[in-house]
This record gives sequence, structure tokens and C-alpha cells, in this order.
Amino acid sequence: MKQMKNLVILGAGTAGTMMANHLQHHLKQPDWQITIVDEREEHHYQPGYLFLPFDIYAPEDIVKTIEEFIPKDVQLIRQKINRILPKENLIQLSNGEGIDYDVLIVATGAKIAPEETAGMKGAEWQKSVFDFYTFEGALALRNKLRDWEGGKLVVHITEMPIKCPVAPLEFAFLADSFFKHKNLRDKVEITYVTPLSGAFTKPKATAALEHLLDEKGIHIESDFAIEQVDNENKTIVDYGGRAIPFDILVTVPTNKGDDLMERSGMGDDLNYVPTNKATLQSRDYSNIFVLGDASNIPASKAGSVAHFEAEILTDNILHYIKGEPLKAAFDGHANCFIETGGGKALLIDFNYTHEPVEGNFPFAGIGPLRLLKESRMNHMGKLAFRWIYWNVLLKGTHIPFVSANMSESGKHYEAITQH
Amino acid sequence: MKQLLNIKITIMEKIIAGKNITVNEEGYLTDFNQWDEKVGEALATESDISLSPRHWEVVKYLQNEQKSQVPLSIRRVGKSGIVDIKEFYQLFPTAPLKTATKIAGIPKPASCI
Repeated sequence: MKQMKNLVILGAGTAGTMMANHLQHHLKQPDWQITIVDEREEHHYQPGYLFLPFDIYAPEDIVKTIEEFIPKDVQLIRQKINRILPKENLIQLSNGEGIDYDVLIVATGAKIAPEETAGMKGAEWQKSVFDFYTFEGALALRNKLRDWEGGKLVVHITEMPIKCPVAPLEFAFLADSFFKHKNLRDKVEITYVTPLSGAFTKPKATAALEHLLDEKGIHIESDFAIEQVDNENKTIVDYGGRAIPFDILVTVPTNKGDDLMERSGMGDDLNYVPTNKATLQSRDYSNIFVLGDASNIPASKAGSVAHFEAEILTDNILHYIKGEPLKAAFDGHANCFIETGGGKALLIDFNYTHEPVEGNFPFAGIGPLRLLKESRMNHMGKLAFRWIYWNVLLKGTHIPFVSANMSESGKHYEAITQH
Repeated sequence: MKQLLNIKITIMEKIIAGKNITVNEEGYLTDFNQWDEKVGEALATESDISLSPRHWEVVKYLQNEQKSQVPLSIRRVGKSGIVDIKEFYQLFPTAPLKTATKIAGIPKPASCI
């Protein structure tokens, strides 16, 4: 009798859950058993963390169970993972049990590591130093902002890469809006501190975003590589000695891949798994694939990226299983709404080679969404996205008119001669 | 060949250390073959830095990393064993990685994403 094969997915977040839903249509019993491993109970809509501090979303808007998004033929194992033994094709769980795999998908994500920066997780942590990349952090910040009476608000990025690189900018924009509504804006000084040379990593979007920062009276401090948080003097200090005072520091700490990669000897210096950026296959092991924030590919760490990757990875895994060459090529496609406050948002669409530009999306010349321009419609798109996330995206359903590879039509690129 | 590209690349020629070199709009050499130590020194002078043996160790390290296609970051330089981040800032103040790569004649590190 032919033995059943195992496909194992590590991590039941956005990426892992989508992959389980995609693959269950193709890999069925009795030939294949799909297993997904995650120790957590809850699935969080992570983009919602941005809205928690401002009381725009309540906790119940962004928390559901992991279980309700896992198809019934997929086995869910709720255990902590001790190690991956890639040479033995084995997952070792913390309870001592082992899971053999024929194909492994790593989707263990990225998380904040405030301990990487001296003083960040010090005496002021969650008193005047906050993150909003965790549920607890966002909630603590909400409680602080509810009765804060003003002062110096510093929004800060520790180092790149981070999940959702636009989120700290959105935080600054929403803070501007929030304090305007509370009639406190004149008592709040907002400073945006970044290790980059400007507001964003891509030139056109940077110009548009810096214009918005300026318009909203948000001061920018660039090229700031933090050395430490000085809890006593309430300042952040960079390696060059530049010190920026704060009353509230909202920081995005260093982001790292899961410690599991360190324990398994599979990660780089930030615990990201070296991955082929086109095929999403591990560089070291042909039967391991990496999806979403866990990989080291030079794409944004964002749910939209994981969504586009999942469509491509599904094809590639099927090719791999049939012994065919991997064909599908991921182009780094990302698509992000950027909340700009006051009920408006921007939309950006880009990939490895094409930066975000102005234009219309998804239909050339029509829209209805406008790229790199503030609009009410984009904001509605962002709010609608929560519904899409729970009801369409996680289930692995293709989003109509939005392809995994980026479309160049309807976008205003400059035609130039390449040297 | 005509191709759509996302950024407009402006290339300028200039004479430095008696040599004709081409740089992009941010002043980075576009062809490492045009680099030599004299060019490095002249580029350093433009950034108000006079190169000590410690500077050279860092510059050579960055060039080697670039040759082996290792993506450069401040974190990685700090863990290189060549120089720690504090000293890196003392050697190349303000934005050390950007200044040091410019002097080394290699591309400005793409700040990811």
C-alpha cells in the first residue's frame, strides 16, 4: 500500500493559514495529509493593531480563533515547536513528539525584539515607551493616549526591515488626526524618527509622504540609528550622539524572525530564512519553502505580499511534488493602503523593480482607487479590507482583478533608456 | 534598449584625483573599475574625512562584502569584528554606511523595502 505523504506548515498566521486553504484543494487524502502547527489559540488581524491605540477598533474587531480558518481536512496541532531537523525531514515538538514531513512550509512570521536595543525594555516600557506591533502594546498605548494631556510624541523606527514599513507613518498621521479631534493638537509635538534618509524607502512615495508630514506639522528626523533609550532623561540617543526627547515614545523595535530558526540553525543574523526570492524555495533545502515574513526576500513584510506569494507558492509546490522544475516566479508584488488621517488614505502598489507611482487601481484609467494620492475611497478600501481579510484572503480565495504579479498598466512610470 | 524603469538615473562625469569618473546623482561611483585609492581619498575629502588606517580597514571590508554580494547593513558591519557601530560612527559621522560605501566606490546599500 502506498504510504500517505505529509505536508507540514509551521505557523497559522496570515501566510500559513492561506497556504493550508490553497493546498487542501490540491493535496487530498489518502495521498496527502496536510498538518499545520501553531501553539497559539488566537488569530489576530495585525493591520488592526494600528487602529487600537486610537479607539477606532476595539479588541473584538481584530481577534478570532485560529481554528475557524483551518479547513477540516487539515490537521491542526497546537504545540510549541522545539526544532526543525531539516536533514532528517523532522519537526520536533516541545512535548517530545516528532512530525515527519515530505514537504515543509515555514510561515512562522516576524516579531518585535525590543531587547535588541539598550534601555528599550527598561523602566519606562509601557509607561512612556510603547510599541503597537503587539496586541498588548497597542492596548497599553490606547490606555495611555485616552487621558494624555499632550507633550512630545516621538514615533520611531529602530531598524529596517520591519513588518508593514508604512505602519509607523500611518501612526503619525492618525495621531495628528486624533489630537485634532481632541482639540489637543497645539499641545502635542509630533516627531517622526527613522533610520532611513527619508519618510520611505522608495523615492516617489517618499516625496508624497514627506509632503503630507509637512502639511500635518510632523517634524522628521532621518538617518537616526538608535544606540539606546535613556529612561532617566526620556530621550532616544543615536550612535552619533544625537538625542531626541520624548514624553511618549512609540517605537517599532527591531523585527526578527522566530527564535525557532536560531534553534534549528536555519536563520540569518535576524532569524530570517534564506530564500530564493522568485521561487520561495529555501536556499538550503529543496523540500522546504518559506512564505511571508519568515523569509529574507527583499519584499515588504506585509499580508498582501504573503497573499500574492501564496498563489505562486501553491503552483510551485505542485510542480515540486510532480518532480517538475519550479516555474512560477514571484515579483515582490506588494499592495498597501496608507491611512493618512481625517478619513483619507493613500494606496501604493509596487514590486522588486517598480517603485510606487501615481495612477489608478486596479483598472487602468478608471480606478476606482487612486495610487499615491489621498482619497476618501482609499480609506473606505482600507476599512473594507478587514472584511476581505477574514472572509476572502485567509480562505485563499483569489481577489478579483488583482493579480499575484504586479500589473504595470494604469501607472505613470517614466520611460527612460537603460544603460 | 528602451525599457521602463522605476527611477530616473542621472549620470554625471567628473574629474577627481586627476581621473575621469562617472557618478550618479547622489555622488556614488557607477563603475567600481574607476576606483583606486586616490579616488577613495578624494571622495573622502569631499565628505570632510581624512582616511586613517582604521578607515581603510572598514573601506576594504565593505568592498570585499560587496564583491561577495552580501547585503550591507549597519547591523552587519557592527557584527563584522572589523569595527563596532560606535566606532563606525566616529570614523564616518552622521550616516556612516552611506558615507563609507561612497568612499569605497560601491553602490549605496539599498535600504530594504
